Amino acid sequence: MLVLTRKKNESIIIDEHIEITILEVSGDQIKIGINAPKKVEIIRKEILEKVESENQKARTTSLNLDMFK
Amino acid sequence: MKVHTRYHGDLEISDNEVIYFKNGIPGFPDETKYILIPLGENSPFSVLQSIELIELAFVVTDPFPFYKDYEFEVPDYMINQLDIKNKEEVRVYCIVTLGDSLDTSTVNLQAPLVLNSKNNNGKQFVLNTDKYHTKHVLKMNKKEMVQEG
Repeated sequence: MLVLTRKKNESIIIDEHIEITILEVSGDQIKIGINAPKKVEIIRKEILEKVESENQKARTTSLNLDMFK
Repeated sequence: MKVHTRYHGDLEISDNEVIYFKNGIPGFPDETKYILIPLGENSPFSVLQSIELIELAFVVTDPFPFYKDYEFEVPDYMINQLDIKNKEEVRVYCIVTLGDSLDTSTVNLQAPLVLNSKNNNGKQFVLNTDKYHTKHVLKMNKKEMVQEG
């Protein structure tokens, strides 16, 4: 993993088009601003992990078709 | 082509019934081809069956009979990836986590399956919102159902 140290209002640029700016630091919370082309997908990782785990649970192991009548 | 299914035996389907999830769905990145098998003519439920892995199947539902106000904005990256040209092409399903009965089953409104019915591209769209979560109860408005029937 590449590790960079940034201060408030400093940015990094990824792949020429994506700019990530540290907007605010307060305790263990950091507010990040992201400027990216609209086609770039940005997801909070914990939501993605929740969806992955829900999908694993939703995978059917048996199906009682009568349930849907 | 013939497809082996987990619950419906072997089915003969045409190529245009195959739904492509280019990057799979979260948790199942390797399975990219599915078919939808409706569970009854007037049922909101279908089985989403992997073509590549017979053991992999989900129950999905049209979310709107349960949550008529369910809504989300489809962002540009989804429109781009699914090559959506107009909104009439879009179909929405949500994955159901089954309990012992429908009353104890839940539906994932946080991450709807968005399908382009024109080209059969699909993607599970993870909503960056706290408005919906992954376990909503399946509360069908039974009165409406009876009236319709």
